[in-house]
Amino acid sequence: MSGKRIQILVCGGTSCSGNQGEAVLDNLKLELEANALENNVTVSRTGCFGLCNLGPVVKIMPGEIIYTGVTPDNAREIVSEHIMKGRKVERLLYKESSTGKIMATEKEMASHKKQVRIVLRNCGIINPEDIEDAIAHKAYEALGKVLTEMKPLDVIKIIKDSGLRGRGGGGFSTGLKWEIAWKNKSDIKYVVCNADEGDPGAFMDRSVLEGDPHAILEAMAICGFSIEAHKGLIYIRAEYPLAVARLKTAITQAREYGLLGKNIMGTGFDFDIEIRYGAGAFVCGEETALIHSMEGLRGEPTVKPPFPAEAGFMGKPTNVNNVETFACISPIILKGSEWFSSIGTAKSKGTKVFALAGKINNVGLIEVPMGTTLREVIYEIGGGIRKGKEFKAAQTGGPSGGCLTGKHLDTPIDFDNLIAAGSMMGSGGLIVMDEDDCMVSMARFFLEFTVEESCGKCSPCRIGNKRLHELLEHITKGKGTLADLDRLKNMSLVIKDTSLCGLGQSSPNPVLSTLENFRDEYVSHVTKKKCPAGQCKDLMEYFIISANCVGCTACARVCPVGAITGERKEPHLINPAICIKCGACMEKCKFDAIIIQ
Amino acid sequence: MKPVKSFADLQKRKNEILEKKHLGEKTRVRVHMGTSGLASGAKEIYEFFRLELEKRNIDTNVISTGDMGYCFAEPTVEVTRPGEDPVVFGNVDKLKADEIIEKYIKNGEFVDGVLPVNYQTI
Repeated sequence: MSGKRIQILVCGGTSCSGNQGEAVLDNLKLELEANALENNVTVSRTGCFGLCNLGPVVKIMPGEIIYTGVTPDNAREIVSEHIMKGRKVERLLYKESSTGKIMATEKEMASHKKQVRIVLRNCGIINPEDIEDAIAHKAYEALGKVLTEMKPLDVIKIIKDSGLRGRGGGGFSTGLKWEIAWKNKSDIKYVVCNADEGDPGAFMDRSVLEGDPHAILEAMAICGFSIEAHKGLIYIRAEYPLAVARLKTAITQAREYGLLGKNIMGTGFDFDIEIRYGAGAFVCGEETALIHSMEGLRGEPTVKPPFPAEAGFMGKPTNVNNVETFACISPIILKGSEWFSSIGTAKSKGTKVFALAGKINNVGLIEVPMGTTLREVIYEIGGGIRKGKEFKAAQTGGPSGGCLTGKHLDTPIDFDNLIAAGSMMGSGGLIVMDEDDCMVSMARFFLEFTVEESCGKCSPCRIGNKRLHELLEHITKGKGTLADLDRLKNMSLVIKDTSLCGLGQSSPNPVLSTLENFRDEYVSHVTKKKCPAGQCKDLMEYFIISANCVGCTACARVCPVGAITGERKEPHLINPAICIKCGACMEKCKFDAIIIQ
Repeated sequence: MKPVKSFADLQKRKNEILEKKHLGEKTRVRVHMGTSGLASGAKEIYEFFRLELEKRNIDTNVISTGDMGYCFAEPTVEVTRPGEDPVVFGNVDKLKADEIIEKYIKNGEFVDGVLPVNYQTI
């Protein structure tokens, strides 16, 4: 048997299989058997092709022919025409509506795929511990080009023209940042890579460092050349041991190859990189706090100005960029600013990596052009909500961001639209929530995080967030009043206005945005003392519907505190005074007799 | 290793590496071993491929890489047969790994669980 045998791949992604994809697969198998071809042709189920709006999708190899919108009835035609006679079923090929052009192969269909990998270009492709593999994939080519053909200002101009904005959260123009650092003359300058990824649920920087560390080293050297710095520092949290190990290996190898250190590629340019470890404090993602932490001081922010570009690490001009920002640099140098700025929206260029987490089927990393809508991200790339439940909200920007709701599903995601929607890009964590999630509890969870992570230097953040958290806790325990909702809002606004750094200025965002979008849920907590999502333990009561209860005693036996009483074959009762609301009885009941009130 | 002397030297080396890769090209097995891959057991799968491919006398290159972002389907493994496009398999356990060796690596025959390329790259 040779590799040339015919193979049929049927998309088994959530969208296609929910759309009769399984029946397509079964029918293809039946048709092949009917024609005694089952030993010559294999049919297999695959993951998502990323063509969800055109599904169900079937791919036939060799030839990589893609059929779209295949119905179970089409199986016969595909087998009799394509497999047996070698003729494509034209009708099922994708035809571009605007041009009428037929796109038959997977390569031609590529532009219909929602994801574009720039930052993640080499992740999972190269061996991160082998510099030769990286060089084979164009590592250090952009650095070579910069060192031999360009001047610092040329590089800064390309980065400025590309429209690249900082991916760490703020969205400040990277080119402009470099230009300011270049303008501040000094004998020593520093390039710092911020790898202190602290948002709960975000792990894109970690994946880049683990998968493609040379991309970051190269970009830092390019930045060093542009701002006339010779020293680079990577600030990384010590709880990323694998990323640290791979970075160390990469730095050692780059030095051996003369791609870091003195006289890089014989051009006379010196640049070396060291690693500095963080202890995992969220506030150290803020650049002034990060710099203090690297200096060996407490990780506390200071007032800007002076900006790090004027007086940063050890009082010298310092340029701080995030991992993802650096990962965009080499492709921009190699492919030009016009290429980069052709991707994305008017004011947000390029792509953004999101870490999908929460109640979504395909948890993981995705990279999409700026301007992709939340609907495309959740339903086409993310495979939809788990267990087919309703989408309720998505939290972007972690504890500093806000939530996007059903009405934002079709808003193109970019820096400015997210701010307009009361959220922010943040570093790119995207936590998806379904109908079972309580938004008040969600806001409380994030506040708990900020209270823990506040450095305590300024009082609005130190005291204010603590008070906010207490109020939210009161509300989830059913002790809140309507006046508390106004208090929440006022206090949030004061904290935002008066805090010293980004942490406090953004920490009330989850409260404000849930208050704005889900006010009725808050009202229900304080007036009816009910949690509509059934999440707040103190507000719920387990109850047995006596009509459904057959008296099987399963619930009484599983109850850890003996709160359920009743005779065999008689309806049982839950004593709310003893019940600890663990939910074990509800799980055990086979008759749907136990409900939450 | 001698340091890279110039930009031209870098490009020369790149071409040499690429040439070396093409000469006597073997099937390449990439096991994605970032944090989420490792947490799902990628290390064991990596060892399995190394041992079993050697035991079964199949000349291949087994490489460890970072993750591709398919956290929902870890461990993931990418197999590139000479002259063919790479194919990624998801949720690989030892049983699946065995099937991949016997069917795909030996005969180019697909097994369930392929993760298609759902993105464009540069």
